[in-house]
Amino acid sequence: MRATNSFVGSPIERVEDLRFLRGRGQYVDDLTREGLLHAAILRSAVAHGRIRSIDVSAARALRGVHAVITAAELGPKPPVIPVRLQPLPILEPFHQPVIAADRVRYVGEPVAIVVAESPALAEDALDLIGLEIDPLPVVADRHVSAKNEVLLFEDHGSNLAIEYRAERGNADAAFHAADFVRRESFGVQRHTAVMMEPRGVMAEWDPAQGKLIVSGASKVPFFNRRILAKQMGLAEDAIELVENDVGGGFGVRGEFYPEDFLIPFAAKFTGRPVKWIEDRREHLIASNHAREAECEIEIACRKDGTILGLRGQAHIDIGAYTRTNGMVGARNVAQFLSGPYRVPNIQVDVALHLTNKTPVGTYRGPGRFETDFFRERLFDLAAADLGIDRVEFRRRNLVAKTEMPYALATITPYEAKDELDNGDYQAALDQCLREFNWVEKATLDGKLIDGRYHGMALGCFIEGGAAGPSESARLALETDGTVSVFVGSSAVGQGLETVFTQIAADALEMPMESIRGVYHGSTGYVRDGFGSYHSRSVVMGGSAIVLAAESLRKAIREAAATALDCAARDIEILDGRAASAGGASIALADLAAKGLAVEEVFSNHKHTYAYGAHAAHVAVDPKTGHVALIDYVAVEDVGRVINPMTLRGQVIGSLVQGLGGVFLEHLVYDENGQLLSGSLADYLMPTASDFPNIRAFVSGLHPSPINPLGAKGAGEGGLIPAGGVIANAVAAALASLGVQPCRLPLSPPRVWEMIEAARKARP
Amino acid sequence: MPIRFEVNGKLVEVEVEPRTSLADCLRHGLRLTGTHVGCEHGVCGACTVIVDGVAVRSCLMLAVQAEGSQIRTVEGLSDDHALSPLQAAFRKHHALQCGFCTPGMITTAHALLSEEPDADAARVRDVLSGNLCRCTGYIPIVEAVLEARAAYQAQDKGDRK
Repeated sequence: MRATNSFVGSPIERVEDLRFLRGRGQYVDDLTREGLLHAAILRSAVAHGRIRSIDVSAARALRGVHAVITAAELGPKPPVIPVRLQPLPILEPFHQPVIAADRVRYVGEPVAIVVAESPALAEDALDLIGLEIDPLPVVADRHVSAKNEVLLFEDHGSNLAIEYRAERGNADAAFHAADFVRRESFGVQRHTAVMMEPRGVMAEWDPAQGKLIVSGASKVPFFNRRILAKQMGLAEDAIELVENDVGGGFGVRGEFYPEDFLIPFAAKFTGRPVKWIEDRREHLIASNHAREAECEIEIACRKDGTILGLRGQAHIDIGAYTRTNGMVGARNVAQFLSGPYRVPNIQVDVALHLTNKTPVGTYRGPGRFETDFFRERLFDLAAADLGIDRVEFRRRNLVAKTEMPYALATITPYEAKDELDNGDYQAALDQCLREFNWVEKATLDGKLIDGRYHGMALGCFIEGGAAGPSESARLALETDGTVSVFVGSSAVGQGLETVFTQIAADALEMPMESIRGVYHGSTGYVRDGFGSYHSRSVVMGGSAIVLAAESLRKAIREAAATALDCAARDIEILDGRAASAGGASIALADLAAKGLAVEEVFSNHKHTYAYGAHAAHVAVDPKTGHVALIDYVAVEDVGRVINPMTLRGQVIGSLVQGLGGVFLEHLVYDENGQLLSGSLADYLMPTASDFPNIRAFVSGLHPSPINPLGAKGAGEGGLIPAGGVIANAVAAALASLGVQPCRLPLSPPRVWEMIEAARKARP
Repeated sequence: MPIRFEVNGKLVEVEVEPRTSLADCLRHGLRLTGTHVGCEHGVCGACTVIVDGVAVRSCLMLAVQAEGSQIRTVEGLSDDHALSPLQAAFRKHHALQCGFCTPGMITTAHALLSEEPDADAARVRDVLSGNLCRCTGYIPIVEAVLEARAAYQAQDKGDRK
């Protein structure tokens, strides 16, 4: 890339903003079609039961209702939804059917679908469906699940779906030989992404062409098309998935859900376009949940604080079925317990328990948020026991620059190996201490000032990105001399169009205005695509653009050489023209008339690891249990910064989302499997007044060696360390009372209860 | 039943059911889809529009209640040529990511600064705390609104002259 064109690395204002700010975005519910019908879905209100009868006659008779679809309309066996990430044959019994036929296993499971002239009419008709369910005893949590007295899947004989093990070295030997061992139990509550735009699907069936168009796609459209084609009995190229503007993804949107089959089916069934928009209550019971994890883990150290091993058992409540990516959080809890630290011996087992709750999937930093909370809390406890300074303890154990690439624990049964790519973890820690002013602030630790206890804490983290196997980019020279960029990556609100325009403009050595647009997320743009998850877009899609730009420049040179009758190597591309050394030139627009387009694939099987350190200063009011965030510093190195402004946005946005998980957000179930926090008045998320004191410092000092951009995935790191850092800060604040928070969320009543319990326990 | 009101300076007549919310009427009846619906129970603020100068959750107001009102939606805050000072400040500070909450943030902030062009950071945070954003962490939104005050202050002075 030429140094004079340096859009990459500059805080470019976003191209998406112009339409969003004027209210001209096009989200799926903004679409309409001639003859459009609307769907509403009847969901089980019972957590566990057998369907005795469904009477849809009154609903079908309602004027304006076009169809009521139940399992009966889907044939003898409704299709099931496969696992996308880390599938295994042993998980197949737990795949979710797209509609319940005779058994319901969570509140929110689809039972029937009404298609009517308006959304309101469709909802009216839901009330007319007579659904009788014989209740079964409810498996409300993982403890009940483990008893196996009531089974979700009788044929399987157990509620344990699968167990993973993360292993490295010989943990038992390390623990046997260690000077010091410390064991503790921790827990993270069930919560999830709750993006602001609920999910939605609009399907159009063209019987003459035999073609199905599905709008509202996101994240992994090509994969979802494969599933849908199989379920519908259609060829893949008979289906087009279309990505519109997307109101947030965070891992939850865009996976294949029951509605992604039901709405296309309804369109084909009725012969009319059908749209379904999830309402918020539905969202909280139907979209993937996440994060519910408990563990008992132990650390083995030498007297000087050198870590010898980590060992333990974790339990994940995965809900009623194994959804497309429901395994990821669990395996990440095991594999990333060691984080950015040198841990030679690891043995972590994770059990995935089936319960009568909404199934889980990935939510930004899946498993990483949980496991970082476990690890960083355990480190502070161990450091205190050993009498070693918390910072020094971490510094001693961070993987050094010279040890890279550094192998992580291997996951069984996948035998999945992974390694940290590169970076200077110590430098990030040092920067964090400096920006936070640690030395001075640490003197306030545990002090009671104006009725509040102050506490500081610090933690280090890694953030994985760049999942393979590949990504495609197609660049087309348009007849006005501009270039259109088509990618298999998906835009979920993160600003993909802007950063890809920057990358393309730099790689093509053209001004940004010469990039006509970045077209993403729809199956019609490239041959195959792998989408946006695991912070992969910039690395994978961005690198594909770099390769395609090189090819396009070569193709332009060759075409111009033919036109100008000279050698391709003598062609210079500048200011919208291709010029020969002799001074003759031809406009790119004229070259485009003959059709100039290239498609390239970037393949990669390694992961990138962005990394950093966070520090927090909290003040705890012992009278109310409220924890105020006085200051928070987030430092992250992402290999190469494409747009510092949007990157800072990712770090701060992710962090505040994480603070929601630390303090507020909780999907609470009762013993009957009923969700108690089923509205946004009950499921509390951060607001503008909650966490105003956050400072983010992002850099790209250590480019990743595994891709041409040097970039690393960077959308999730902000929240990964939040739980550990905040809980450690609260522990530091309340050290004089001996409060040791081991479970999230740190809501005011829970902090207050811990303070009261600690006071009562003391003489 | 037919209702009439003014939206973005234009008088409109639209047929609605008595149960139709103002949000649904604007979005689906009038195809003004810039106003977004995020929760339908008045918590998230994405559907905020300005009714007779006041920021209102259009999911909690029936369309029939808007009879005779003057309504401004996000589409009415700027023209094709330039962003409004508030919109430009949002872009400059990267105060939006997915854009879904943005129309509600902009209308809420516009109503606030039209009434209180000198609102301080605490007041801005307090008022915006009624609107949920899941992407930005709010810090850049508050920065953007504070910067946009200057334009409203100038407007305010002009009005008083």
